[in-house]
Amino acid sequence: MHVEVLKSELELEVWGRLESVTDPELDEPITEMGFVERVEVTDAATVNVEFRLPTYWCSPNFAFMMAFGIRQAIKSMPWVKQVDVQLNDHCFGDKVNEGVNSGRAYHKVFAEYCDGADLSEVTDKFNAKAFDRRQETVLLGLQAQGRDPKGIVAMTLSQLQKVTFEGGEEAQQLPRYLDLLISQGLAVHPDDPAFPTWEGQAIAAEDVTEHLKRLRSTRINMEFNGALCRGLAKTRYKEVEIGPDGPTLVDFITGRVLPGAATPVSS
Amino acid sequence: MFKTPDGKEIFVLDGHTHFWDGSPENQSNVHGKQFIDCFYAYHTNLSPEDQLWEKAKFEKYSADDVYRDLFVDGPDDMAIIQSTYLSDFYKNGFSSIERSHSMAERHPERFIVNGTFDPRDGEKALEYIHYMKETFDIKGVKMYTAEWNGDSKGWALNDPAAYKCFELCDKLGIRNIHVHKGPTIIPLSKDAFDVHDVDYAATDFQNLNWIIEHCGLPRLDDFCWIATQETNVYGGLAVAMPFIHSRPRYFGEVMAELLWWVGEDKLLFGSDYAIWTPQWLVEKFWDYQIPDDIAQERGVQLTDEIKEKILGLNAAKIYDIDVEAKKAQLAGSPVQMAAE
Repeated sequence: MHVEVLKSELELEVWGRLESVTDPELDEPITEMGFVERVEVTDAATVNVEFRLPTYWCSPNFAFMMAFGIRQAIKSMPWVKQVDVQLNDHCFGDKVNEGVNSGRAYHKVFAEYCDGADLSEVTDKFNAKAFDRRQETVLLGLQAQGRDPKGIVAMTLSQLQKVTFEGGEEAQQLPRYLDLLISQGLAVHPDDPAFPTWEGQAIAAEDVTEHLKRLRSTRINMEFNGALCRGLAKTRYKEVEIGPDGPTLVDFITGRVLPGAATPVSS
Repeated sequence: MFKTPDGKEIFVLDGHTHFWDGSPENQSNVHGKQFIDCFYAYHTNLSPEDQLWEKAKFEKYSADDVYRDLFVDGPDDMAIIQSTYLSDFYKNGFSSIERSHSMAERHPERFIVNGTFDPRDGEKALEYIHYMKETFDIKGVKMYTAEWNGDSKGWALNDPAAYKCFELCDKLGIRNIHVHKGPTIIPLSKDAFDVHDVDYAATDFQNLNWIIEHCGLPRLDDFCWIATQETNVYGGLAVAMPFIHSRPRYFGEVMAELLWWVGEDKLLFGSDYAIWTPQWLVEKFWDYQIPDDIAQERGVQLTDEIKEKILGLNAAKIYDIDVEAKKAQLAGSPVQMAAE
């Protein structure tokens, strides 16, 4: 009994830790996207995580990044001795699983498939998009508080750190924006401007409207992709049955593992 | 022909349709199965419930289904049938030009059958372009950059081998290049859906029209930026369209972006048949208005005039179709299903 309780507590802890792993393309936690379908702690030191993406064809580099992200997040918990990450039903799944569980460094596994190139180009591109999306939400939140463009672009890092939002997306995104701002070195000192562009340029008060238009495109694209991914994940294993009242979606397919199933059968 | 509630007749040219065979008998391996399964997930995810098809029908539908869904029940006047081989996944090709052409022969005045080629085939690709021009007099091709070909798991429009093919297309008057940017697999160091090769190809081949299907989704933002700078880049609305039902507000945001960046003259309707059927898409599209707050922010709206361009006039222009003459021709030969 005691062991079972401990096991489920540790599993909860793992689920919590997995919230820090994001889909780089969407900048959303993989747990929220429903990608993680099984977490098992076998002997208080070994963790098995299985995840599944919305389609068989999702980009392998993002699949790799998420797999390594999971591994890293779990390994950072002091009680964990071993991690096994399993990507299910994906066109590059075998290679991803072999790479992430090989114990070899992230960049070495990648280099095999990139003629020695690293992932910095892709990582930069999607960090930039994530930054834009988070920044837009914060800027719109500040606007909604009645701040004018001049006041907003003059804000410093320490001033922004003192801002509080009453819930909503801006309350969620503010700490995430600050994280990226600081970890990317875009604002280091308390007096540094809180709203540089991704390239590190200052934004003039009269350019805020134009700047927001560009951020808006990025956000709409990401939201659209997020909606598509969520939808595809939901219907990936469904089929249509035509009954007396017309067509309905049925949740059952013989021999297939349903996303989120309690006891998945290994394929 | 779509008739508006006040009786106006709207010419509909469906820019992106298929006549595929994804059935288990035609699948070569698990990838073939997963490919059609993925299409089916798009279908089940984004269709209204009363429009859902059973899997077996979705995998392989008949020529009669095409006629009925596009022209009898559906409002299309004409449809562009795209070819995609996926030879590594399907024994006789996923949708071959020969199969589509023989299906279209019953009503040739209603179809434009496009070809396809794989630049990685080198000299053979060039020979194949000649064959398609001579045999089927193609006006356009569909490019699928994520297609697997042996060890290669994708290619880019600005690869030297691709440029040779586009030079030949230009020479032979194959002017419409439809591009589907699927996920390329290797190298992992690049964004698998990157659309920047469109920029190079469109700049270097000014005589060709580059129709980017799905508006570059999932890279709509990058696509908008490119399309706004190139006069010969168009956006195909397939995949964006069905959001009009499931997420109408997103659809409004996407349309507002596209109208603002790409413009009303460069957007092409496509049902992506048989993933979706055109009847409900066109009806909902005609009824649709971009929500006021979004429309005001971008200063755009889907007026009737703009909808008419998107539904058919824009595509007619790049395929050299005289719409009035075509309407008269079609009025003289209505589509009818054979008695059962």
